[in-house]
Amino acid sequence: MKYLPSATRGVRTVSVFVTLAGIGLVSAIHAGDWRQFRGNAANSIALNENLPTELSGGSVAWKVQLPGRGLSGPIAVGQQVLLTASSGYAQDRLHIISFDTETGETQWERQFEATGRTGCHPKMCVATPTPASDGERVFAFYSSSDLICTDLAGDLQWYRGFGAEYRNASNSLGMSSSPIVIGSTVIIQVESEAEAFAAGVDTVTGETKWKIDRPRKANWTSPTILPAEDGRPALALLQSSAGLSAVDPETGHVVWTFDNGASTIPSSLVVDGTVVIPSNGLTTIKPSADGTAVESVWNSSNLGPSTPSPVVINGMTFTVNSAGALSAGDMTTGERLWQMRLKGKFSGTPLASNGHLFFFNEAGYAFVVRPEKEKGEIVSELDLTETILCSPAASDNALYVRSDGHLWKFADQR
Amino acid sequence: MNRFMIPIVTLCLVAPVFADDSADAIRTLQAIGEYSKGTADARAAVQTLKQGGSSNLLPILKAFNGSSLLVKNWLRSAFEGIADAEQKAGRTLPKGDLLAFVKDTSESPSARRMTFEWLLQRSPQLEDELIPGMLLDPSPDFRRDAVKRLIDQASAAKDDTATNLYTRAMSGAVHEDQVKTIAKALQDAGIEVNISRHFGFLMAWKIIGPFDNKDQKGFPVAYPPETKLDLTAEYDGQLGKVQWQPITTEDDYGVVDIGKQIENYKGSLMYTTTTWQSEKDQAVEMRLGTPNAWKLWVNGELIFEREEYHRGTRLDQYKVPVSLKAGPNTILVKICQNEQEQSWAQDYKFQLRVCDRTGAAVLSVAKSAANSTRRKEIR
Repeated sequence: MKYLPSATRGVRTVSVFVTLAGIGLVSAIHAGDWRQFRGNAANSIALNENLPTELSGGSVAWKVQLPGRGLSGPIAVGQQVLLTASSGYAQDRLHIISFDTETGETQWERQFEATGRTGCHPKMCVATPTPASDGERVFAFYSSSDLICTDLAGDLQWYRGFGAEYRNASNSLGMSSSPIVIGSTVIIQVESEAEAFAAGVDTVTGETKWKIDRPRKANWTSPTILPAEDGRPALALLQSSAGLSAVDPETGHVVWTFDNGASTIPSSLVVDGTVVIPSNGLTTIKPSADGTAVESVWNSSNLGPSTPSPVVINGMTFTVNSAGALSAGDMTTGERLWQMRLKGKFSGTPLASNGHLFFFNEAGYAFVVRPEKEKGEIVSELDLTETILCSPAASDNALYVRSDGHLWKFADQR
Repeated sequence: MNRFMIPIVTLCLVAPVFADDSADAIRTLQAIGEYSKGTADARAAVQTLKQGGSSNLLPILKAFNGSSLLVKNWLRSAFEGIADAEQKAGRTLPKGDLLAFVKDTSESPSARRMTFEWLLQRSPQLEDELIPGMLLDPSPDFRRDAVKRLIDQASAAKDDTATNLYTRAMSGAVHEDQVKTIAKALQDAGIEVNISRHFGFLMAWKIIGPFDNKDQKGFPVAYPPETKLDLTAEYDGQLGKVQWQPITTEDDYGVVDIGKQIENYKGSLMYTTTTWQSEKDQAVEMRLGTPNAWKLWVNGELIFEREEYHRGTRLDQYKVPVSLKAGPNTILVKICQNEQEQSWAQDYKFQLRVCDRTGAAVLSVAKSAANSTRRKEIR
């Protein structure tokens, strides 16, 4: 069993220390970590990774069977890939599983019983939110609003049943918002028409640091991170149909708001201080120098995403619409540069690394796209033959993705 | 160091854990409350239990009974931590004690199921040994497995043999998919199946309305039926005077379809009521399905309310624990329709059943007597 504390592991590089410090993830540093939904900075960019771009069968390092369903994506901490799943007729069995990154061997598995409602749309399941980690602990969140913290050895540290504490904290179609960690706070959004709040939970004690009311509307988006800058601390960005709120992760104090409305499915992201919001298509804003207000940069009605969140690399935005068309936009102006057709529908957000985009459609087709200013090119495809609805993860030059039945590791085998 | 000294040294280094320590640790776990109350003590308690090793497994399991789901999850974590460590250390779990626990139906269903699954890892034959006798088990998971075996056997059999197997399977089935499979097979064989009775749906109601719910403002308004239930009264409704009227459903799944059986009054709400005769004082679950906002009262007490519109509906969408008294119990449901115009937002309906925690029907006394006769006719 390998679940060495991060501090004792060989550290490939600490070149991302500044980035991690900026977003408050400094409790343990391992460059290859992918600690939450859409990665450490919650923007789907894998820095300093060299992922396999030829996804032929030979790139599958291992494939392991899973004990339950899940739309949740994998996360990676050191030599562990951590994943959630749900099982049982009522989907009320909650799993947290730790796999060895090298072998795919299960290091440990823990099961819990949901304390909140487990009903979901058939396409979803209770293990829809992606877990998060601060490098020492795992924070597994579920559609039932159970927030479970274990250490990296699987020992339960604390357990919050938000669905039991707040009995209307559920959506009959299911909840999907993934938690993020900023400093010593786990931030969750639990938002439906019946009850809606966001909360900051102490990573060590599990106690509520703050809880704020949110718009009572169905909302499946996840919080994202506005990194610290020029003395301003990192902020949590909470999206809803009303727009975006920047919240102090320590206090829950709302620092600024963007009130022009936003999508309730794809989530915002931040790249180089610019916030990209699925709002009226796609909108970018920039916080003011003093960090208390925002200014609009551009809006583009023809770059609107469907379920997958936007991604930004090489000065371009990328969104996928409901027909599976990939649109590239100029990150400076919002002008649409080109479109290309990918096959099928997409639920998972693509991952960006080493100049490529990694897509997995709902039918299980993987596409690696090399985007350039003039066009995009599919450089490899692979049919995994299973429904894939999660967002992939990248760690230590490997790509991880899961279906309801399996978890794959892709790595260059040369 | 002499190899024989290693166990002695190990014994000296590991603090002994006495039974009193373990009992205290379990009590600590049972004291855990919501909002992370008692978490630090709980973490220490789990470590104490882990130090005691497999001797603590049975006391942990027995503590499940009567504990909240939150406490059960801490107990589960302690159990799995110990069992995992024991197996990784190459030691066997106390199979005899654990097996006896699995067989004891007075113990917690979820603890029994967890224990069974741990035993199954090393003793897969237990599935064949135990599951066939678990058709009426208090654990819905065990029942499901037992029903599945009977369905599998029935589907491979013919004529009366198949029918008898399906009929036995139906006696334990509590899950919709299995009930549907069995019911179809029996109906194909020419046997009438009363699905609504099997699930315990309430089929006969009285209804009054519509009352105003324009702009969804009616949900918090206490219209007269909420303050005094008088089935002879007449009130000012949304569109004029309203009185209680009977409404029944013959739907297999007990759906009272207000939109179709009466009218889909947009921006309105209705009250429905019925009386349920309980044989004794008992704890049951009322399981409701509706795409509309709703409130539920039992014997005048507001049990639960939820203001959500058109986010889907399904069997057992809401599971509400209720304490019933012996004799007549009055059930009142408020169902609210909003003014959304989308095609998927036009349903105005609900279904409600009374069952135990496994999902098996608990029938009203009068209904139970009436239907048991019918059941004999079916057979």
